[in-house]
Amino acid sequence: MNPAGEATDLSVAIQNETDIVTARMRGRALALQIGFSPAQATLLATAISELARNILLYAQRGEVVLSVLENSHQAGVSVVARDVGPGIADLSRALEDGYSTSGRLGLGLPGVRRLADSFEIRSSPEGGTIVVVKMWCP
Amino acid sequence: MTLSELEERSQPNLDSAGAALMRELVTHLAQHRTALREEWVDRITDAHLLGAMTREEIFAEATSVYDTYVEALETRTLEALEAYAQNLSERIIPRGVETHEVVGIVLLLRDVLARSLFAKYHGDTSILNRVFDVYEPAANSIAITVAVGFVRERERVIREQQEAIRELSTPVLQVRERLLILPMIGLLDPHRARQLMEQLLRAIRANRAKVVVLDITGVAVMDASVANHMILTVDSARLLGARVIVTGLSPEIAQTLVNIGVDLSKMNTVGDLQGGIEEAERLLGYKVVPTAEPPPAAMAL
Amino acid sequence: MQVPILKQGPYLIATIQAALTDSDIVQLRDALVDQVVRHRARGVIIDVTALDVMDSFATGTLRDIAQMVRLRGAETVIVGIQPDVALAMVQMGLVLEGVTTTLDLEESLAYFQHKHNVLGRS
Repeated sequence: MNPAGEATDLSVAIQNETDIVTARMRGRALALQIGFSPAQATLLATAISELARNILLYAQRGEVVLSVLENSHQAGVSVVARDVGPGIADLSRALEDGYSTSGRLGLGLPGVRRLADSFEIRSSPEGGTIVVVKMWCP
Repeated sequence: MTLSELEERSQPNLDSAGAALMRELVTHLAQHRTALREEWVDRITDAHLLGAMTREEIFAEATSVYDTYVEALETRTLEALEAYAQNLSERIIPRGVETHEVVGIVLLLRDVLARSLFAKYHGDTSILNRVFDVYEPAANSIAITVAVGFVRERERVIREQQEAIRELSTPVLQVRERLLILPMIGLLDPHRARQLMEQLLRAIRANRAKVVVLDITGVAVMDASVANHMILTVDSARLLGARVIVTGLSPEIAQTLVNIGVDLSKMNTVGDLQGGIEEAERLLGYKVVPTAEPPPAAMAL
Repeated sequence: MQVPILKQGPYLIATIQAALTDSDIVQLRDALVDQVVRHRARGVIIDVTALDVMDSFATGTLRDIAQMVRLRGAETVIVGIQPDVALAMVQMGLVLEGVTTTLDLEESLAYFQHKHNVLGRS
């Protein structure tokens, strides 16, 4: 960690399916390292898997950046999923259960939002999509 | 004010005259150690403090506290005293010593010493004032240090005990092969509900359970978040391959479940625990037959 | 990584041995749906004990397998979902509705045998 107490970010490039597996394995390892329970680490790994797949499905390439969060009484992990793809045309629909433009279940984003402690998403046709998810150690 | 803020109040710096006076006080208190210590122990006994300890124990403890106290005055540092207070608390908390007793005995010592100083210096008001100017702040921070150390240790013990009670209060019981009962009792908060959920799912795998009876007769109220955890538990157990039967739903909890719009088709509920166990046995393929009448072979004898 | 599929009596058993990519799961689906009729299987068992994450894609594909296998005349049982994985799935809203799940391989065989005996007798 640097003197400011912030961990160095861990970036995983997402370009193919294997990268999805790599990203979620890194996420689980990081979570366990800072004291998440195995159940919590599994939640985080599942969320990362969804976010990484969305990048691959909708933008073909991007990255997932993992970093450690700390406040006075808790540790957590932040996951930033970033791409420069075409963006999501209808954000509110993308967050509805069962909505998908890729023909899949469409539970990815709404599911991640349900299990994360905080969830932010920004998307535009010019700037691509960025999702920021935070999970804290209970 | 928080505990740590209280503790962080450092003792005021003394000028050289103050330091010299403090040395004089310390010498006085060290010289009269035996008499002052006796007086303090008498005052403790008179005030019925430390009732859980014998007079010998109180005397032994008082000797250490007295010496550490005077040492703290002399060195004007609290580290040794902090360590001693922590150690003392660890020893006396299991014996049932209360916070007011610990605060009480430290204030008594402060008072005994103050009276002795008063007796020595009362002839000269200006010296007396200066004596108390250096003694009072030091004595106060000593009292705070001991009290805070005690409270902190007590809180740690309470936290540990709470954790232990939680572990005990919700056992996962195996009543038959493949059948678990989880009787939930008392107040459930979301954190606890989550722990229980994980505990139950692990027990299902460890015991190869096929049916779980989740009895919530002992749960008076359940907020929406805890109710949701219960639903998640039922769904997760099913994914593992076990059926959950919920028994003992109070009218209030039934109301909560209806209000949050639970999909009731997914919940297998039975009115009471006995009914739940019967249903579980049916699912497991057991048939319970009364044996009130002796078997025919016995009749023939 | 390809998932091995074993034939045991009237059942096909696919045991997943490590983390799978999306293509691996799709490949498993195609293989099972193909083999179920070729081997005239009555049941398909998929052992997911080794999976430490089951996200929407994996869950959706497993559900697809169950439905396609049913259309091909057999039933699917998923076995060995880990407690932590199950918790994450339900919190995501992935409940595999309509798919039978059992604790382990032994239990799934007992399930099929019981069911087929009952059906056989009637």
